[in-house]
Amino acid sequence: MGELTAWDRVKRARSNERPTSIDYISGIFDRFMELHGDRVCRDDGAIVGGIARIGGIMVTVIGEQKGRTLKQNQKRNFGMPYPDGYRKALRLMKQAEKFNRPIICFVDTPGAFCGIEAEERGQGEAIARNLYEMSALRVPVLSILIGEGGSGGALALAVANEVWMLENATYSILSPEGFASILWKDGSRANEAADVMKITAGDLKDLHIVERVFGERLLLPDGYGLEQESELMDSMRELAQYRSDAAKEETQKEGEQEDAIMLNRDNMELLVCELREGILEFLRNYHQKTASQIVGERYDRFRKF
Amino acid sequence: MAEKSKKNSQGDYRADAFAQSQEPDGLFQKCEKCGESIRAEEIVTNYHICPKCQCYFRVPPRARISMVVDKASFVEWDAGLAVSDPLNFPGYTEKLEHMRQVTGIDEAVLTGKAAIDGMPVAIGVMAASFMMGSMGEIVGEKLTRMIERATRERLPVVIFCSSGGARMQEGIVSLMQMAKTAGALKRHSEAGLYYVSVLTDPTTGGVMASFAMLGDTILAEPGALIGFAGPRVIEQTIGQKLPEGFQRAEFLLEHGFVDKIVKRDRMKKTLSFLIEANGGEKPPVARMYTAPVSPQEKVEID
Repeated sequence: MGELTAWDRVKRARSNERPTSIDYISGIFDRFMELHGDRVCRDDGAIVGGIARIGGIMVTVIGEQKGRTLKQNQKRNFGMPYPDGYRKALRLMKQAEKFNRPIICFVDTPGAFCGIEAEERGQGEAIARNLYEMSALRVPVLSILIGEGGSGGALALAVANEVWMLENATYSILSPEGFASILWKDGSRANEAADVMKITAGDLKDLHIVERVFGERLLLPDGYGLEQESELMDSMRELAQYRSDAAKEETQKEGEQEDAIMLNRDNMELLVCELREGILEFLRNYHQKTASQIVGERYDRFRKF
Repeated sequence: MAEKSKKNSQGDYRADAFAQSQEPDGLFQKCEKCGESIRAEEIVTNYHICPKCQCYFRVPPRARISMVVDKASFVEWDAGLAVSDPLNFPGYTEKLEHMRQVTGIDEAVLTGKAAIDGMPVAIGVMAASFMMGSMGEIVGEKLTRMIERATRERLPVVIFCSSGGARMQEGIVSLMQMAKTAGALKRHSEAGLYYVSVLTDPTTGGVMASFAMLGDTILAEPGALIGFAGPRVIEQTIGQKLPEGFQRAEFLLEHGFVDKIVKRDRMKKTLSFLIEANGGEKPPVARMYTAPVSPQEKVEID
């Protein structure tokens, strides 16, 4: 899959077809109940949060949410949270800590919203507060970058024990356009900026910014799932097999490379299965650890940078 | 995020005024706002404030330290940490070397230990003159080491913020400094220790969205630009002009994000009072018998 450039991946991460937080939440968890509001000002549609169950374990789930249509984006603000969204997220995380639920975050934002009201209500303070409080949460936190990881707006949900990333997600200090504009005074050199910024999953794994990268493979490797005993629901596995076969057929028919097929809601089953297994493994690993180990390991994870 | 220090639509003069005033090596410097020629030594004795129009120039870090701590009490920590260039960004190490020569400091922050009216503190002072005070690995590391040492030695922390935000040339590693410094401050706080953040012009971007806004007390200098996104970025995003005074210290005070705006000549006394109130080490008993403060200082309501 080495053919995609960093800029190709930026375009994929931003694609309107790409699955959003809600798509992953509905696929991965057995049950999810959304809970609203920051208890200060309003309910920010750019962040969804609530309580979910996975394999019998209760967790708190928070995700940055993009819309697909204009109408959805009026509610979701293109996945750019206001301070209210970060405060809602923190409220739900503190509640998770109180009731000893692990926290799973899905990160997908171009960045925290830039605007007059966002400044008036303390965008910087809200992000800072999340970094501060998340650093000391006594429950395990897992953050998964599923699309765009735009700067502080992404980090505010990613002070985690482990940070995972999808193959074509990005995570960066600023958009490539902004980076090119600041450093080269030329926003049109975004393509070039994407290359030097080290924003792809592979680069970030090398820099130890992320622990795990999930391939966006649509095709099951031959023999997948036949001898593997896993906690996957059989029906999901069957569906994944079915999609894989269909995709294989399509690539043969169209003469296309697998790379050319983009991840979307209709072909995400295999990825959902892998994420679900990964999350269950994470929860099992962290179940053994004490609260002070969990806090200490998270502190050390960021201390090393 | 990092906003460049040019004149913006609100007629921000500071950056240009600062260019003249940061290293007053000539006999006279010109205030870019009012045009007044000021003797270099007068700038220094007048807290880096224009004696004619009262506009605030940006203050070089060592001058800032001498303005707020007891004479000769500052001991620097962690100077000369090795350069970090995680992106191998073209020309970056050369630029750092150049900045070191021009500014006479090794990075965009100075950290160390000092005393304020006899009370020991850990103090960090950012330098806008060094690549707009941007935070990369070394800035984050110096501040984190300072905060961790302050936690171990049970010292209050004072940070003078002055930064355009994250250091772009270090990419994602700069972003991680936000979480690193915030985590260290959380531990300092959990140890029951006091942190006062002082926001000076400018405090924006990733610095604003991390340690700058995490003080037990947050002070600001009059007129300082303080915000998450820079004003030009917001104007571009929303496609309209920003109101007068937007993102100035007074705006943040009004919206509840700053405890108090403090003029330069009052800064040391203000810090001293706050540190004394918030568990700074007690000075000798003699201090208990010192004369009461002057009537105009007795009740400070603004």
